[in-house]
Order: sequence, then structure tokens, then C-alpha cells
Amino acid sequence: MTSKLQASTDDPAWARVGLIALAVAFVALMLVLPLISVFAQALAKGIPGTLAALSDPDALAAIRLTLITAAIAVPLNTAFGVCAAWAIGKHDFPGKAILVSLIDLPFSVSPVVAGLSYVLVFGLQGWFGAWLGAHNIKIIFATPGIVLATIFVTFPFIAREVIPLMQAQGRDEEEAAISLGAGGLTTFLHVTTPNVRWGLMYGILLCNARAMGEFGAVSVVSGHIRGVTDTMPLHVEILYNEYDMVGAFSVAALLCLLAIATLVLKTALEHFQPQGLDVVAPIPERLRP
Amino acid sequence: MTPATTVATSVTLHDVQKQFGRFAALKGVSLDIAPGELLALLGPSGSGKTTLLRILAGLEFPDAGKVSFGDQDVTFAHAAKRGVGFVFQQYALFKHMTVAKNVAFGLDVKKGEAKPSAAERSARVDELLKLVELDGLGGRYPSQLSGGQRQRVALARALAVSPRILLLDEPFGALDATVRKTLRRELRRLHEATGLTTVFVTHDQEEALDLADRIAILNGGQIEQVGAPMTVLDQPASAFVAGFVGQSNALAGQVQSGVFTHLAAAFPAVGVPDGAATAFVRPDQLALATEAQTGIAVRLDRILPRGPLLWLNATTSDGQDLEAAIVREGAAEVKVGDTVTLVIRGGRVFPT
Repeated sequence: MTSKLQASTDDPAWARVGLIALAVAFVALMLVLPLISVFAQALAKGIPGTLAALSDPDALAAIRLTLITAAIAVPLNTAFGVCAAWAIGKHDFPGKAILVSLIDLPFSVSPVVAGLSYVLVFGLQGWFGAWLGAHNIKIIFATPGIVLATIFVTFPFIAREVIPLMQAQGRDEEEAAISLGAGGLTTFLHVTTPNVRWGLMYGILLCNARAMGEFGAVSVVSGHIRGVTDTMPLHVEILYNEYDMVGAFSVAALLCLLAIATLVLKTALEHFQPQGLDVVAPIPERLRP
Repeated sequence: MTPATTVATSVTLHDVQKQFGRFAALKGVSLDIAPGELLALLGPSGSGKTTLLRILAGLEFPDAGKVSFGDQDVTFAHAAKRGVGFVFQQYALFKHMTVAKNVAFGLDVKKGEAKPSAAERSARVDELLKLVELDGLGGRYPSQLSGGQRQRVALARALAVSPRILLLDEPFGALDATVRKTLRRELRRLHEATGLTTVFVTHDQEEALDLADRIAILNGGQIEQVGAPMTVLDQPASAFVAGFVGQSNALAGQVQSGVFTHLAAAFPAVGVPDGAATAFVRPDQLALATEAQTGIAVRLDRILPRGPLLWLNATTSDGQDLEAAIVREGAAEVKVGDTVTLVIRGGRVFPT
């Protein structure tokens, strides 16, 4: 393109080159370099060393616990999130503004505080502690506590993705479906949900990434019992504190791979999303683990 | 040609009231709609016309009053059980379904005995797409259609369930002028083909006059007048109707012993009490004065040829804008800036 054809919005060449260089340098320094170092450390003793570290029984237990936690938290948050989005996006009720703010609470509260509050409620000295103890139900320092803390922290991801879509789409299509004789459930399944499916999938991906990577809240309620209540992020920390670099970075690399897979899936979703259907909402601030 | 075998249903509204918070949307509306009638609900925004239509559809429920289809009380019947076809201003097509799937939706969601076989459903979809002149487009998605085509799909979808009445909310509001005209004729044709009792909402008086058998004019949650287009045009029941329908000029003046005077113009106002009054004079009720006549002196601001008519935008000496429509053929030569005299040939006078 010659300079005569330059659009009025084009900046001068030096500004463009400078800004791009700055952005690339920043991304390289802050994102790419650390990522490379994780994989480099993991492979410091060669692939056999990495595999040995990952097949350690404690590491396997941590991987299993993380997967179980995500497998419970993500479907539950999907159900809660869609219900909340449906209530907020399609209906008017008193206290709606408060509910919307409450959904954002996990974004604004430090995860450590969330974890502590669960300890206060469900712990031995907590409100339900005596009753839970009497009935031999263990929540804190056990899997249920980890799942609860994860649900709390990842709650907004799906609701936040779906609410704006449902709001933007209004109620016309639902009203059309009902006046054509469809019941409430049929309308929800065949009209409401398909309209938000791309946003919903996107929210599920983000929720899953965060569920597997959550550290703060889970750290408080877990109790760090090796092989029992350690999730992958907690296990990484323990190994790191024990100067087991290959072990720590092998598990960290696995977490990174999960995050990268999530990103690839997300990009694929955006790419294959048909035009004219719903749009993917902007990425929430606290995106990935 | 007829896609429905249903007998046309009458609709009765009795003293229907509806409140939204502190806003009274409907303040006691009673209306009888004859079987097979094409009725327009006409009014400015906020007049309650859409609320009335939604109450007919079962998408809102009245606070008081009664709604009947035939002799069946449907006041609180669920929208899904009413057998109404509803067409939305923004089409409300299911974006993720093909045109054929959209049209078939009402049949697909039927259950048990009532559900036609797959072959019957697809035959019905074909028949309806043909009726709205969209045959061959069943495989498209709504986003691949023009606005006019989408509204046709919405019509076909509403007709697929063989509704007892057809309701349309500003059906042509989102379309451009040419498409609007075509679709208007289309709706008239469909109405004649199906014989369905049809109610549509519009704020466009031309559309109402053009299309409807009768027009119900709403203002502030109440019906001002119900009548045939000619009736509401020639015998407006209130100052509001006279002002809203027919693009009338409103002239403030005085009535004395049955004669209305405004500046130098005067015409009979039989039965109107003496005192201040407003005359509503349609553009076609104004004419250029001959030498012998007295009337309102105006300055011509713009002269617009509209088909067989000349549309004159004029200002009186006291600054009021007037619109006059005169027949082009044989009209005296006038040009912008001229001062001419307009005579009032008729109009309706209401006391103010």
C-alpha cells in the first residue's frame, strides 16, 4: 500500500512498529518465557524423569482429586449458572440487582477468604461443626470441602457468560414458542438453550480451567494431606517447597497443558461459531488459573 | 387454498383493565370483534394497544374484566392452550432452526394423538410456505432471509397450528416502505384465504385505513372510537380521533350560533356549543379560493407533487403551519413564496 492510500486511522510507521514491538516483548517476557521455563524444568531429567514424577502415587492421587473436583464442580455450576442466568435474563423480580451483584462476589472476594469462611461454617469449631461431627460427616480437610470451595470460586464463570446473552435476546422467542403451544420445559430446551449454547460452552471451558487450577480457597480447606486432599496446584507447591523441582514442574507442566488445551478449544469455538448466532462475551478479568 | 378448516371465532373483551406498577395501561376496554373480521388497533405509543393484543394472546393477564373467544371464557387461559397465532414486530424466529423447522415448530411440539405424522407435518410446512410464497426456502436459516421474507416465515409459523385467531404486533414496523406495501396486500390476501379473525396493532393510520375492516382507536388506555375506515375518517367521535386519523390540520377558533370562525374563514359547526373550539380540517378539505371567496391567507413554504395531488405546506399570518392537498390537474399556477387564500370546505369541530 502506498502512502497515498493510507487510511486516516493508520498511525505513522514508527508508532506502529514501536507499539507492536513493545507488546511482543511484554508477552514474551511475562507469558512465554515463564511457560517455557516450566516445561524446561519439568524435562530437566529427561522424559523418563518427568514420567516417573507424574506416576508417583501422590501425584496420581492429586491428579485424580483435581479431575474429580472439576467433574463435580463444573456440571453443578453449569446447572446453577444457567438457572441464574435464566432467572436474571428472562424475568423481573424484586432483588434482581442484588442477585446479580452476589453472583460477582466470588470474583471480588479473595479465594483465601472464601476458603476461611467455609472452615468457619463447616469446620470442627464452626457453626455446623458439632452436628457434622456427631453424624460423622467430614467436609473440611476432605474432598467435599475442596469441591465446595471450588464451586464457590468458579460460580460466576458460566452465569456471567450466559446472562448478557439471555438479556440481549429478550423474551420474544420464548413467547412465540409458548403461543405455538410449547410447554415451559420444551421452550427452555429447544428455544432458550440453543440460543446461548456457544456462550455456555465458552463459560464451561473457563469454569473448568479455573476449577482445575484453583489454589487459594482449596489450600485453606484441604489440610494438605498428601495423597488424600492434595489437588494438583497444592501438590505443585508441596513438591516445590521440598526442592523436588522435576516433580513440581512436571505436575505444573501438566496443568499448563490442560490450560493450553482449554485455550485451543476456546479459539476453535470462536472460529467455528456460526455467524448470526450468539456472540462470545468479553473475557472476565480473572480468566485462567 | 385454505390451510385451516376452523370456523372463524368471535372475540369479546369486557371492561378489561391492566395496571403496570402505577401506570394504567388499560382503563376498562370493551370491544366486540366479529368472526372473520380484520381489525386494527390504532393508537400512539403508550395507548395500550400492544397490551391489549398481548392480553388476547395470553402473554399478559388482565387485572379485571373478561376475554372470550366465541362463548368460551379465556381470560386466564394459558397462552399455549388458546389457539392463537402471534406474529411479533421483530419476527421472533428461532434463529438456530431452518425456515421449515420454524414453521413446523407448533406441530412438532404437539403431543400424543394431536401430533400429526412426520409426513403430514412436512406436507403442511410445504403448503404454508407456498401460501406465503416462500416455497423452496425451507432449508434456509432466518439470518439468510430479508426482513420481508422473515415476516412471511413468522406468518406461516403462526398459521401452522391452525389458530382460532391471528394476532399481529406492528407486523410491518421493521420493514421498509415498499416491502411494507407488498406485505400489506399479502396479509389482506391471506386473511381472505383463511377467513381467520385477525387483529393487528399499528401506530400508522395509513396502514390501518388501508388494511382493516374496522379500526379501534386507542388513547390513554381507552378506546376512543371503533368503526370502519370511512367512518373514523369522516365522522371522528372525538377531537383525539380527528387529530390522529387523517393528518388533520387543527385550527383554534370560536363557535357562535353554530358557525365556526378562524381568522377570516368560517364554516358551519352544527350542534357545537358556543365558545372556544378546535376545527380538524383534513388537507383535502382545504382548497385554493376563487376571487369571490374569503378564507385564510397563507404563505406557501413548499409545494410537493404527490401523484395526482399537489401537497402545499403553508403558514398563516399568525404562524400556524397548514397542509393542503389540491388536485394537480387544472389547479391555478402557484409557486413558493406566493400568498394565497385557502377556503375550508369541511371539517369537524370539537369544543375545547
